[in-house]
Amino acid sequence: MSDVARLVRIVGALAEAEPLAEGASLYELVRVGNRGLLGEVVRIAGRRGTIQVYEETSGLSLGEPVTLTHEALTIELGPGLLGGVLDGVGRPLVDVALHHGDFVTPGTTSPTLDAARRWAFTPTVPPGSVVQGGDQLGTVEERPGFVHRVLVPPDISGTVASIDGGDFTVHEPFGRLTDDTPLCLAHRWPVRRPRPVSQRLASHVPFITGQRVFDLLFPVAEGGSVALPGGFGTGKTVIEQSLAKYAKADVVIYVGCGERGNEMAEVLEEFPHLTDLRTGQSVMDRTVLLVNTSNMPVAAREASVYVGITIAEFYRDMGYRVALMADSLSRWAEALREISARLQEMPGEEGYPTYLGNRLGQFYERAGLVTTLGQPPREGSLTVIGAISPPGGDFSEPVTQASLRVTGALWALDPELAHQRQFPAVDWETSYSLHAESTTAWFVAHVDADWPAVRRETLALLQRDRDLREIAALVGPEALQDEDRLLLEAARLVRDHVLGQSAYDPNDALSTLTKTFLLASLAREVLTAGTRALAAGRSFEQLELTGITRLMAELRSAPIGELDARAAALRQALEGVAG
Amino acid sequence: MNALPRHHHGASGVAGPLLYLRRSHAVALGEWVEIRMPDRSPWRGQVIDAGREVTVIQVLEETVGLAPAQATITLTGEEASTVVGRELLGRAFNGIGSPIDGLPAPVGEATRPIWGAPLNPVRRARPADFIETGISAIDGMNTLVRGQKLPVFSGPGLPGLELAARIVEQARAPRDEAFAVVFVGIGITARETDAFLERFDRSGARERSVLYLNQTRDPTIERLLAPRVALTQAEYLAFELGMHVLVVIADLTHYCEALREIATAREEIPGRRGYPGYMYSDLASIYERAGVLTGRLGSVTQIPILTMPDDDITHPIPDLTGYITEGQVVLSRDLHRKGVFPPVDVLPSLSRLMNAGIGEGKTRPEHRAWANQLYASYARGCEARLMAAIVGEAGLSPVDRRALAFSERFETAFVGQGERRRGIEATLESGWQLLEELPREDLTRLSDAAWAARSARATAGAAE
Repeated sequence: MSDVARLVRIVGALAEAEPLAEGASLYELVRVGNRGLLGEVVRIAGRRGTIQVYEETSGLSLGEPVTLTHEALTIELGPGLLGGVLDGVGRPLVDVALHHGDFVTPGTTSPTLDAARRWAFTPTVPPGSVVQGGDQLGTVEERPGFVHRVLVPPDISGTVASIDGGDFTVHEPFGRLTDDTPLCLAHRWPVRRPRPVSQRLASHVPFITGQRVFDLLFPVAEGGSVALPGGFGTGKTVIEQSLAKYAKADVVIYVGCGERGNEMAEVLEEFPHLTDLRTGQSVMDRTVLLVNTSNMPVAAREASVYVGITIAEFYRDMGYRVALMADSLSRWAEALREISARLQEMPGEEGYPTYLGNRLGQFYERAGLVTTLGQPPREGSLTVIGAISPPGGDFSEPVTQASLRVTGALWALDPELAHQRQFPAVDWETSYSLHAESTTAWFVAHVDADWPAVRRETLALLQRDRDLREIAALVGPEALQDEDRLLLEAARLVRDHVLGQSAYDPNDALSTLTKTFLLASLAREVLTAGTRALAAGRSFEQLELTGITRLMAELRSAPIGELDARAAALRQALEGVAG
Repeated sequence: MNALPRHHHGASGVAGPLLYLRRSHAVALGEWVEIRMPDRSPWRGQVIDAGREVTVIQVLEETVGLAPAQATITLTGEEASTVVGRELLGRAFNGIGSPIDGLPAPVGEATRPIWGAPLNPVRRARPADFIETGISAIDGMNTLVRGQKLPVFSGPGLPGLELAARIVEQARAPRDEAFAVVFVGIGITARETDAFLERFDRSGARERSVLYLNQTRDPTIERLLAPRVALTQAEYLAFELGMHVLVVIADLTHYCEALREIATAREEIPGRRGYPGYMYSDLASIYERAGVLTGRLGSVTQIPILTMPDDDITHPIPDLTGYITEGQVVLSRDLHRKGVFPPVDVLPSLSRLMNAGIGEGKTRPEHRAWANQLYASYARGCEARLMAAIVGEAGLSPVDRRALAFSERFETAFVGQGERRRGIEATLESGWQLLEELPREDLTRLSDAAWAARSARATAGAAE
């Protein structure tokens, strides 16, 4: 039977073809039309197949051929991914531009990995070793100082017949198993299938973001997942980018899903020049960017998050700490909705398909701290931070709600705070983290024994602050008692200089845990000193906190080497306050 | 796409703007169609659903009088395209690119498909060149840069179009490079059109402009093509002739309504407020055609104008726009009532690319700190105004009282610049003068360095 069907209908991102060969399977990859556009079979009814096309369908004509490939949508995994910029289905955009110019035209083919590049492979097992999926065969230095562990692909096992060191392309076998299975640096993996692991573990280590509001108030554990919803202008993208730049991760996968092209230009200009403080290398060296801007085809947007998370799992399997930022999952959900509507499926809430929650859940559940397959034993983690763009900033919408059912933390962004230029505009009343308790012990052991107390008191102060501000709005701040005015002032310090953090100030964009703790403790000490002074009979006006505020602001944006000296100065000034 | 035209005699049905064709072969999606009937001028349309059983054609003109059984339908084998070129400057066209200024159709330098391919993101250059619009609330607080898309969120009766006209008249590129304006009117009234054209002629902006006007009385469907035809011309001027092109689109609300009309006619499942679920992607295919390319001279900058129905910023049109564009300039009914022009509400307005366009070597090193301070003081003043409404001005703290007075002056003196054009220097100066009326301790966003720089400059100015 022929593997070629003919187009009988084209509408939007969907095409229908007949007669589909009997062997055709769901989610099989096909080539559509004379230009060979990429597509995936999403429905089979008798001999008619419905195909979701990853490229612009305009210009496709009835009668053009549709060719089955007999494999699912896969991504090629191997050295050379780091530092790359891929489109939604894994084509390197630099390569696409080289061959097709400044605009993305349909039907371009560019392999994910550079087929010509040679990598210096060092074997770590001798011939004769019995290996199975996940076992390490050798290493390649993928980027300066980054060890890329070459593993046996998950579904392969056997005895190593030969294995050689030397320079290989990703497709040249560096060895063979006794059954003649070639061993290569690259293998393919279907993106919709999670890569297997040995065991999922409970995590008690925080994923350190370098952002005070998250690390202090709403820490997420490594391997956790976070929903980050916010209306437009609340700074989702700035946060996602700050995390990509500064979070403590070995590998960062950044999925720009249906977002702005100029933002991507910004990332591409900025990342190569930023240094990862932990390795001293460029931030770009640990990053893979997946870019499917809002004007690129919708179906590829649907695929891009799966391509991204598959690459993330690939590095997790090597035993790395991986973080994936998806910006934004709402655009992904909308792509799902658009395709579902074209398929004339019965819509659920707000037109989204009824399986939205299910698909979102499956995606977030690919996060986790795991023991990987194979030897030597490794632990790897994959943390997922999904930005969500709720229409009108209303969190009751389906994508936010479905995310909250599965994620371990909510970092809610508030337009009101953004208007006040309180950035990151994290609403501390709505946000939560289910990992706060389980990570406490780590903070106590690695930062300070007082961490839990400082965190608890900061939250309590913010809570009291809200109540007092409501009263102050009615009676005027002057009418409050001195204790309450002091509390308002201390809370202002916390809001402005502990939670507030400038992504554009080179000294403040990344806050180490030590600095985070220092700032939060200082705010607490201000409150203590002020309370003591009031108790000793001084009035609120006599406290003269403006100087303290100034010192705090300067400390926050001071170079890291000056922090201790400035903290000492501030404490000295506080003694004056306490009198 | 097939190159040869094919003819069909008789369509199976017509409903609103949609024409249905049975048993067609080799139809391509997006194919351009001509529909002829004896003694009538032909209709034009486009294939939006190609199917062996039924093909759906979206007709661009009013379908009144179209008798499907008697019509001859020609599938042209071509996709929708438009003539582009330098000679279009100074001309006026309708939404599908036919001349409406009484002159013959231009030959142009090329013919381009109007559905532009997406820019490869890795080929984009980061927009960083300041555009001086002469409007303080924009230049100072929400700076526009080349390659940006910065919409104006207007409301019914607010002067959104007038603000756009002013920007077109006043905009200056930093280094006097080749500069052009493409104006797209979508569903705007004859009155608005006339007023706009008159201003254009008076200011001499006409000769460097191309106008595409789809007026209220013109067919709805044409509204879907007008911005794309215009952007195709803009891209040509920018990326092939190396010009800096400012594209003004007014009013996107009419565009979205046309989109909804088509979606409803096709019996699609409606999304929020009846707008189709793919409106985000559709709007993105317009807005994302702004940008700068690495290694090419020109740029496309967009200022789309939209009317927020009932001044509601959470309405799907401003909401989806805000998610795609790089900020927004929001007009305020309160300021408009107070007689402030332009009535820009600085608090919800935002330019995401501002930081790249200001500072050392572009405007002034302390621009960012200056803008942050103005914003903070104004925000505090607005908060104090709310509080004063409850507890009275006497109940405010001295800081809040000062902030309140500041915010009043900020609105009338800084934002409300009136008819005059203000250069960036004058804008910064105006802001400094307001800030200097506040005591130093109220200016918490200004570092000592920024303050010292200002003082030094002021002293130097006085000495001269």
